[in-house]
Amino acid sequence: MSDALPFGAPPVGAILPDGRRRHFQHGPIDLVIEARGAGHEVGRAYKQAWARFETILGELVGELPALRSPVTARGPKLDGATARRMAAACEPHREVFVTPMAAVAGAVADEVLTALVAGRALEKAYVNNGGDIALYISPGASFDAGMVSLADAPIAAGTVAIDHASPVRGIATSGWRGRSLSLGIADSVTVLARSAAEADVAATLIANAVNTDHPRIERVPAHEIDPDSDLGNRAVTVDVGVLPDAAVIEALEAGAAVADAMAAGGLIVAAHLVLQGEMRSVGQTSAAALGKQTKSGTTTNKATGLDERRRAWLT
Amino acid sequence: MPDDTARAKEGLVTCDACPVLCRIREGRSGACDRYGNVGGALTRLDPFVVTQRVAEKDGGLVAFGKEDWDGGIVAGAPTFVTGIGSGTTYPDYKPAPFIVASEYDGVDMVTVVSEGIFSYCGIKVKIDTDRFVGPETAAVRVEGEQVGHVTTAEYGSQMLSLGGVRHLTGGSKKEGTVTCDTMLKLCSGEAVEMTVDDGAELTVEAGKPPVINGAQEERMRVGCGSATIGIFAKQWHGHADEVIVVDDHITGVLSEHQAGRFLGMEPVGIRVRGRKSTPGRYFQVAEPGTGWGGTDITDPLSIIESINPKHAWPGLRLFMVSTTGEDAAFYVLDENYQPVAAPMPEPLEVVVDRIGENCEPALSTVMFMAGAGGSLRAGVTENPVRLTRSVREALTRVTCGGAPVYVWPGGGITLMVDVTTMPENSFGYVPTPALVAPIEFTLRLDDYAAMGGHMDAVKRVEEVAEAGRLKSMRWHDQAPWPGAPLHGIAKDV
Repeated sequence: MSDALPFGAPPVGAILPDGRRRHFQHGPIDLVIEARGAGHEVGRAYKQAWARFETILGELVGELPALRSPVTARGPKLDGATARRMAAACEPHREVFVTPMAAVAGAVADEVLTALVAGRALEKAYVNNGGDIALYISPGASFDAGMVSLADAPIAAGTVAIDHASPVRGIATSGWRGRSLSLGIADSVTVLARSAAEADVAATLIANAVNTDHPRIERVPAHEIDPDSDLGNRAVTVDVGVLPDAAVIEALEAGAAVADAMAAGGLIVAAHLVLQGEMRSVGQTSAAALGKQTKSGTTTNKATGLDERRRAWLT
Repeated sequence: MPDDTARAKEGLVTCDACPVLCRIREGRSGACDRYGNVGGALTRLDPFVVTQRVAEKDGGLVAFGKEDWDGGIVAGAPTFVTGIGSGTTYPDYKPAPFIVASEYDGVDMVTVVSEGIFSYCGIKVKIDTDRFVGPETAAVRVEGEQVGHVTTAEYGSQMLSLGGVRHLTGGSKKEGTVTCDTMLKLCSGEAVEMTVDDGAELTVEAGKPPVINGAQEERMRVGCGSATIGIFAKQWHGHADEVIVVDDHITGVLSEHQAGRFLGMEPVGIRVRGRKSTPGRYFQVAEPGTGWGGTDITDPLSIIESINPKHAWPGLRLFMVSTTGEDAAFYVLDENYQPVAAPMPEPLEVVVDRIGENCEPALSTVMFMAGAGGSLRAGVTENPVRLTRSVREALTRVTCGGAPVYVWPGGGITLMVDVTTMPENSFGYVPTPALVAPIEFTLRLDDYAAMGGHMDAVKRVEEVAEAGRLKSMRWHDQAPWPGAPLHGIAKDV
């Protein structure tokens, strides 16, 4: 029955209705891309990104078993450029259980962004892979990025300004409701890091650490949900009821401690943790930018929203 | 192949939509969240729902809810695209996700389809019971958080007002989260346990009998005590010398009541407690509770204040019954004028059963009420007030998931809809917190153009139907077809 499509549907690319952004999709990879700069440079940039994108899923699938193996000092051994980005981002975290898959979304964003900007003179650009975002910022340019507190919710929890001088080139968000399975109970953990892959793995691991024991947290072995999960029979979160305040604080503090250690070790720039309405910010820019809402203006993500304006929209 | 057999045993489906080849367990989705295993079949998971009027072979409509239809799109059947799964443009001021043109009896119609995000929204719950659920304005709590209050009772029903912007966004974050969760569950047809301050513990589920303090309510009262006497006086006449119908609102006493006098009865000297309203009608014979007729009494004789030997007589037959027929007792006065329980005569037994038969099943009903304003209207037209006016002038039909709504008079678009008439999984939420509900505006294409609609975003319904992610739901044939115009066609409107 699948004779016609031995490898499934091909990658597809589209121009979004605003006429500026591009939408690339292949299997589970779903990218929204925007490059700003002179028209001919932007056009060529998109062509380069597409050429890279066309083969990226196939390359990853070819190494899937290795990519689902735990990262240790000795491996796994990987060939593809994206796969190596994944492993490199995970390597500093290898003392806890982590497989390169923890960085897959961010690494794909980094890889496509690298192809997008190579040799091009752009003002700025981003590749947004389902909320894991890789950034390019030329001198003088900056981004206001909207942060979404829940994966299924199109409302930003706040915005953060990132300029050329900032070390941040990657943003990632993780939580138990997201597409990936989580060992923790965070509604969202948003991480700013030097690359999207580094942000991705850090967000995953911090979200795993936002955890506590409570009867209202329902967990099942990962393989019962996804027989191919890299998490095997580890218990992953499938439902979180409303928790007492003490449990919320305990879980957030546990996650914040992990985030603090990562920030101290230079693995992340900042993190913003959300659980049932409570928040913690960690890292150097957190107080100034992460929790604070900046003026309404350009935003990179489809989701924007400030509390003050939100009220106005709803009345 | 043995491998396939093992796989089938585990209920796995291998998705071939992309090279990842996810093996998906039943009820789960693949890595992309677009495809899943639904009952062993690989299925596109992010459909938006269309309703279709599907003709049977003889031309009649296929009944809603029949199980023999797989939800596939029926070619050529009248189709109405609902807002479910359409997504929202919020908070962007852009055309709504789908603006769909179709034809109805030769008239071009357009339906603007969106999922509204409502923080101005609430739920009115009608609980068919005379039992005491709590004092008016008392707080209604879920998990200790206030999610609403007891409001003005209606005939035979207690009313709750839940949700609303103040509980969603005006209180603590936990209050908002619990309120949002409570509304989502009630709108989705799930049972919710709640408590009323100084009142009862309730379990409420749309379209199901309410559970009050652990006891499931079976039926509504047939009427208040006075009304019950009015209905059944003639049938009791000759079988009892006095009938007292116990009710928390108005307790009726037959011999004093207009209906008794009409039958030539005289007062027999049995005086009930409470405050006399008009002859044979008494308020406050007891406290509200979960006993007889919504009072707190379990021994009906406790509402009798005195028996006057001047008017009463030994051997007097006293019949007492509640307004649901759930409780009834028969007494005969002894020589000391004391009521003594006696076997109930068969003709009275028959009427007790008849009272029960005339009580409708007690249900909890859930009405979702919300105001459609702000950018939601901007998704429909560049000039939002024209949409409001168009709804007001009955040029535009508003539906929720295709279900008919009542639009409140006055300014704005404030609507009310019975959640059980909406398709399954119609509701969602965002962590603002606010509820997400489908909403559709249907009007004539020429009216849409005239109000400044986003004409360049209009698609033919056939184009949407070919988009490959539709799930079809059979139209509820008692409801008006949402795609029909509200004016311009003489028939069927």
